[in-house]
Amino acid sequence: MNLAVNTIADTGVLQVEQLGFSHGKAPRVFAGVTFSVKPRETVALLGASGCGKSTLLRVLAGLEKPQEGSVRFLDQPVTQPHPRSALVFQQASLLPWLNVADNVSFGLDFRHQPRISKQQKEERVQEALTAVGMAAHAKALPSELSGGMAQRVALARALAREPQLLFADEPFSALDPITRAEMQNLLVDVVQRWHTSALLVTHDIDEAILVADRILLMGGSPAKVIAEWPIYLSHPRAHHTEAVHSLRNQILETFRKVSGGADFSEQIHSPAHNSEEIPRVLNFYF
Amino acid sequence: MKSVLTKTLLPLAGLLVAIFLWWLGCWFLARNTPIAENLSPLKAFPVLFQLLGDSLIWEHTVTSLKRVLVGLGFALAIGIPAGILTGVSWRFARATGPLFQFLRMISPLSWMPIAVMVLGVGDAPVYFLLAFAAVWPILLNTAAGVAQMDKNWLLLSRSLSATPWERLTRVILPAIAPHILTGVRLAIGVIWIILVPAEMLGVSAGLGYFILDTRDRLAYHELMATILLIGFLGFLLDYLANRLRRIWIAN
Repeated sequence: MNLAVNTIADTGVLQVEQLGFSHGKAPRVFAGVTFSVKPRETVALLGASGCGKSTLLRVLAGLEKPQEGSVRFLDQPVTQPHPRSALVFQQASLLPWLNVADNVSFGLDFRHQPRISKQQKEERVQEALTAVGMAAHAKALPSELSGGMAQRVALARALAREPQLLFADEPFSALDPITRAEMQNLLVDVVQRWHTSALLVTHDIDEAILVADRILLMGGSPAKVIAEWPIYLSHPRAHHTEAVHSLRNQILETFRKVSGGADFSEQIHSPAHNSEEIPRVLNFYF
Repeated sequence: MKSVLTKTLLPLAGLLVAIFLWWLGCWFLARNTPIAENLSPLKAFPVLFQLLGDSLIWEHTVTSLKRVLVGLGFALAIGIPAGILTGVSWRFARATGPLFQFLRMISPLSWMPIAVMVLGVGDAPVYFLLAFAAVWPILLNTAAGVAQMDKNWLLLSRSLSATPWERLTRVILPAIAPHILTGVRLAIGVIWIILVPAEMLGVSAGLGYFILDTRDRLAYHELMATILLIGFLGFLLDYLANRLRRIWIAN
C-alpha cells in the first residue's frame, strides 16, 4: 500500500489557505487550515467530536465568514453559498409539508439559482431519486420515511443541484450500522456518477477510510490539519480488511501522539502545532 | 361496540343529565319566582326553533359572524408578523416581552369606553376589541412555531442563497402554518366570548345586542334560546377551526 504524502497539486475545486475562525471574541476554533480538494476527489475531514470540523465545513460552504485566510471555490473567493456546492447534514431535515420529489427540487427555482426549465427540473429530480433508490417513493411524505430513506432523499436533494462539490457533515452518524454501511457505498457510487468532488466531515475513522480518497486528520486547539493520508484502495473497500485495519491503527496512533494520549472520542487540548510542522509529523509516521 | 358507547353515547348521556339538571333548577326556582319557568329547557328549545324560523335572528347571527371574521382578520394581520418578528429576533422578543404580557392580561372589555370615545359608535370599536383579544394567541403561537422550527431548514435556505422573501414564503410560513392554525382556533374561542359583551354597547345588531333586547322586552324565553344559539355557534366555530387545522396537518 502506498502511503506517500500527497502534496497539494493542481488547482483544486476548493482551495483553503491559512484559514482561521472564531465565534466573536471566543478563542479560535481553528487556525492555519490549509488544504485543497481536487476535481472528483472525496476528502474526509476526520476529527474527534467538537474539534471544530463542522464549523470549518460551514465556513467552507460560505455560511460563516472567516477572520483569517481565504477559501476559493472554482477559483472564486467564497463570500456566500455557491450554487454549485450542496450540503448534506447529519439530520435529513426534509421539509415535512413537501413530498419527496418536491423536497428534492426545493430551491432549484430560487432567484439566485441558475435558471433551468421545468422539464430539466423534473429530469434532475427523477435522476437523483433513481440514483438513491427512492424513485418509487416520489410522492411519499417525509413522515412516511425511515431515517435511512430520509437521508437518501437528503442526498438526492443535494445531487439535484448538480454540485461540483458536495459538503457532507456527519451525514450518516444518526443511522444504524447496517443502513450506514449501505449509505456509505451509495455515497461513493453517486459521487463517481455525478463526477463531483466531496468533502465529508466525520468522526468515524472507518467511514473515512471506506469512503474517502484522502483523509485529513484534524486536532489541536485551535484545530488544524495534523496529518494526511491518501488512500489508493479500490472500492468497495470493506474487502481490503487488512489494509483498512492497518490504516485505522496508523490514524489512531498518530492521533494519540499528537493529542498527548487523549482518547479519540474525547475533546482534546493538545499543545499548539504550527501548520509548518505537518510534514514533520507525517515523516515521523511514514 | 365499545367505541360507539364512549364516542357517542357517553357525551349524549352527559348532555341529557345537564339538561335534566337545568330543568330541575328552573322547576325549583319557579316555585318562588314564576318567571323562571321561561328559562326552562321545555321552553327554550321550542322557542329556539321558532326563532330560527324567523329572519330576524339570522340577521343578528350574520352580523355577529361578520364581526368575528373582521376581528380575526385584523388579529392575523397584526399577530402573524409580530409573532414571526418575536420568533426571529431575540432583541424584539426581549423588548416586547413584558409589554405584551402586560397588555395580554388586561381584559379587552376594559378598553371599551376608550374605544368608543376614539373610534366612535358603531362597528369600529367592536372590531378593535375583538382584534385586541384575539391577537395574543395568534402572536404567541406564531412565535412558538418559529422558535420550534428545525434550524437546518434555515441553513438549507441559506445554502440555496434564498432571498428574505423566499425564506419567508417557502420555509417559515409553511413551517409555522400548523401553529398559526392552533392560534386561530384559540383566537376564535376568545373572540366568541368577547363578542357578546362587546355587542352590548353602541351597536344595534348582533347576538349581544339581541340578548339585551330580549331582556328589555322581558322575553326571557327568547333570552334563554339565544344563549343556546350562542353556545351552538361557538361549538360549531371551534369545530370548524379544528377541522381546518387537522386538514392542513394531514396535507
